[in-house]
Amino acid sequence: MASPETPVRPTTIVDSRGTMCPGPITDLFRAYRNSNIGDVIELLATDPAAKSDTQAWAKRSGNEIIAIIDEKDHVRVQVRILKKGR
Amino acid sequence: MQTLEKEKPVQSKRNRLVIVCSKGSLDMAYPPLMLATTAAAMGMEVHLYFTFWGMNMITKKTIDSLKISPVGNPAPPMPNILGMIPGMSSMVTSMMTKKMQKMKMPSIREMIATAKESGVKFHACSPSLNMMGLTKDDLVPEVDDIIGATTYHDLASEDAITLFV
Repeated sequence: MASPETPVRPTTIVDSRGTMCPGPITDLFRAYRNSNIGDVIELLATDPAAKSDTQAWAKRSGNEIIAIIDEKDHVRVQVRILKKGR
Repeated sequence: MQTLEKEKPVQSKRNRLVIVCSKGSLDMAYPPLMLATTAAAMGMEVHLYFTFWGMNMITKKTIDSLKISPVGNPAPPMPNILGMIPGMSSMVTSMMTKKMQKMKMPSIREMIATAKESGVKFHACSPSLNMMGLTKDDLVPEVDDIIGATTYHDLASEDAITLFV
């Protein structure tokens, strides 16, 4: 597993900046539904809960957080899609 | 004598969430929808069971006009007694709605659409429907079916997390 500091080139970027819970997760989930195994989705969020929530989501849905990068006014979370449920 | 150490039972995570929505005020409508949508996104099977005033959340006529009651709610920034004054509830509601719009919070209608899209199941309680003089046609199209308490028990008794809001 890659260390959580090595960003890769994402397949899709989801801009959820400005939304609060559950916005980032529902946006991520929409992208996840349209994704393929192996894709990397990058979520941009300003919600302070996004870091914790994306990790909980990935753990539960069987996907992998490959990087969490703090930018000046938002966070970038990269998720590798390993499992497709529905 | 040999003591057999009992193997710890494997803690499997509960995969179903059943929430009873019994309140019809705006502040009681958001939490179950937020929990439902995120649980569905995590791959859980989610059921919302609407009963009593919770029916207002899924009734076409009332879905867009849920209010916040300042009475019996110690949080709004005013003495509780002022909540008795006519118009106070609309004032608190419009204050809150403006704030929520500013922070781009989706409306209840939008939250319900998102929950449905994420796979959440919507069940209406039959006696409540009857009590409020409603039929299925009065409910938003997201509602899957009309069920009774027995179906709720069936859903809730199978390794589920249950919440009453």
